[in-house]
Amino acid sequence: MEAKSRGKNVLIEIIMALVALLFLAPFYFLFVNSVKSFGEILSNAASWPTKFNWENYSKAWELARFSEAFRNSIVITVISVLLITLFSAMAAYRMVRSDTWFNRLLLLMFVAAMVVPFQTIMIPVLKVVNTLGVNNSIAGLLLTNLGLSLPLAVFLFHGFVKSVPLEIEEAATVDGCNPVTVFFRIVMPLLRPMMMTIIVLNALAIWNDYLLPSLILQNPSLRTIPLATYSFFGQYTKQWDMALPALAIGILPIVIFYLLLQRYIVEGIAAGSVKG
Amino acid sequence: MRSRKLSQFGQQLFFVGPAVLFFTLVMIIPFVMGMYYSFTDWNGVSGQVAWVGFDNFKHIFSGDPDFWKSFGFTVRFTLLGVILTNLVGFFLAYFLTKPLKTRNVMRTVFFMPNVIGGLLLGFIWQFIFIKGFSTMGEMTGWSFFELPWLGDATTGFWAIVMVFVWQYSGYLMVIYIASLSNVSKEVLEAAEIDGASHFQILRSIIAPLIMPAVTVSLFLAISWSFKMFDLNLSLTKGGPFKSTESVALNIYNEAFLNNRYGLGTAKALLFFVIVAVITLIQVRVTKSKEVEA
Repeated sequence: MEAKSRGKNVLIEIIMALVALLFLAPFYFLFVNSVKSFGEILSNAASWPTKFNWENYSKAWELARFSEAFRNSIVITVISVLLITLFSAMAAYRMVRSDTWFNRLLLLMFVAAMVVPFQTIMIPVLKVVNTLGVNNSIAGLLLTNLGLSLPLAVFLFHGFVKSVPLEIEEAATVDGCNPVTVFFRIVMPLLRPMMMTIIVLNALAIWNDYLLPSLILQNPSLRTIPLATYSFFGQYTKQWDMALPALAIGILPIVIFYLLLQRYIVEGIAAGSVKG
Repeated sequence: MRSRKLSQFGQQLFFVGPAVLFFTLVMIIPFVMGMYYSFTDWNGVSGQVAWVGFDNFKHIFSGDPDFWKSFGFTVRFTLLGVILTNLVGFFLAYFLTKPLKTRNVMRTVFFMPNVIGGLLLGFIWQFIFIKGFSTMGEMTGWSFFELPWLGDATTGFWAIVMVFVWQYSGYLMVIYIASLSNVSKEVLEAAEIDGASHFQILRSIIAPLIMPAVTVSLFLAISWSFKMFDLNLSLTKGGPFKSTESVALNIYNEAFLNNRYGLGTAKALLFFVIVAVITLIQVRVTKSKEVEA
């Protein structure tokens, strides 16, 4: 019985390993061809490179203006994620602790907003951004990122704050803490597990977003990585020895981020979906 | 008394104020404006906006075959995308909850496509469909690789489905793993001792117990596939001849390519209604199938 089931597990393991290789195949194609010469890519796209042309990477880096793109992507993602996490935790905390009709209606609207497709508000939101004078600026993108991401984040925190015991806060208030310090010193640290989920979900979504930044950031010096890659890919279509290293550079940071923090990322996703 | 009331208001303003401000500016106001613009001929550029009543909606329902073509494409894509991502995600999870030596590495691999944005993934696959497949065809001689990938409506459709399944199955796998590891070992062992087959266990014990995960996974898969945009843009751009254009891309083109913002917002409003109705029906149906463990 034992031996039989172990034998079966080995078989499953082999089959799954083959499926995993199939899943990884696109990355193989990307990386081997990104260092080949143009002629070699055309003659055989599956072979191991005969010579590693690393200068493909430096050329693509220069031409696609990746230095700027990296800086923009990091600034936009970090600031957006920090503010989304802070504001949504604050709002959810107050909405749970102060159960008024306004706060109940607000939660209902946040939940309803999660069903609205981006396309539905995409066109008028540009008008709002224009009216506020933040079009074609990082501030404009931060504003829209916040508005679009807060509903889900508030909803997730809302479910979580309910599990935070009230006694600790009452004790802190008796000790002379005001509501603001209670929140920042006592409640925020207790929210950490859900905070990881919200940081992970938003960091991935904002880092990878193409559509919204493409509508708000027209100036080439403001481009994020997806925008820089898109415009570069448009100029060098079919010039694979330029396009492929650019793609490889584009995905490398997020893949490294994932491999370093995969435990938190996968746990965060699982926790977020069970609540959602 | 008075100062206490004020401080309640002050707290509300301090804690909830920022979220309400951004939410109002970016979601509520644009949503209301969208309703207004969908009854106008706004072109996005000129300041002149004329009220046209139901003309935009009449146009969509009677004079816009491209929109309905894209709608048909999106429905077909959603059906296949939802079924395939859930099947693949479930079976990956099913086998990776068995005591395999390499299961952690494999979970990492299967989830990986998901952390990369759809736009970049689409471009990577564009290369594979165009160059990678033709090389594979020369090496293996399989006709599958020698089809005109991305060149016609059928291969374009299946190409997007393939990349979509590759991208999202890992996400659903994570949800199914979390749910499957909560199914009690004793119940499964008891069923096995009573002589239940693998299929019977899967259908009569595991399936009802993981229904909450199915609800969530279907919800996510429907919303991803119905709103699919990035993959569409980077793989086919809707071509050839709009044969692989999703609704999201159709709305985008209507507004930013044809400069018909009024018509675009009308379509977007209709899109919202359809998404909302489908979501509500799906959640209600699968919720009713959930059981208490």
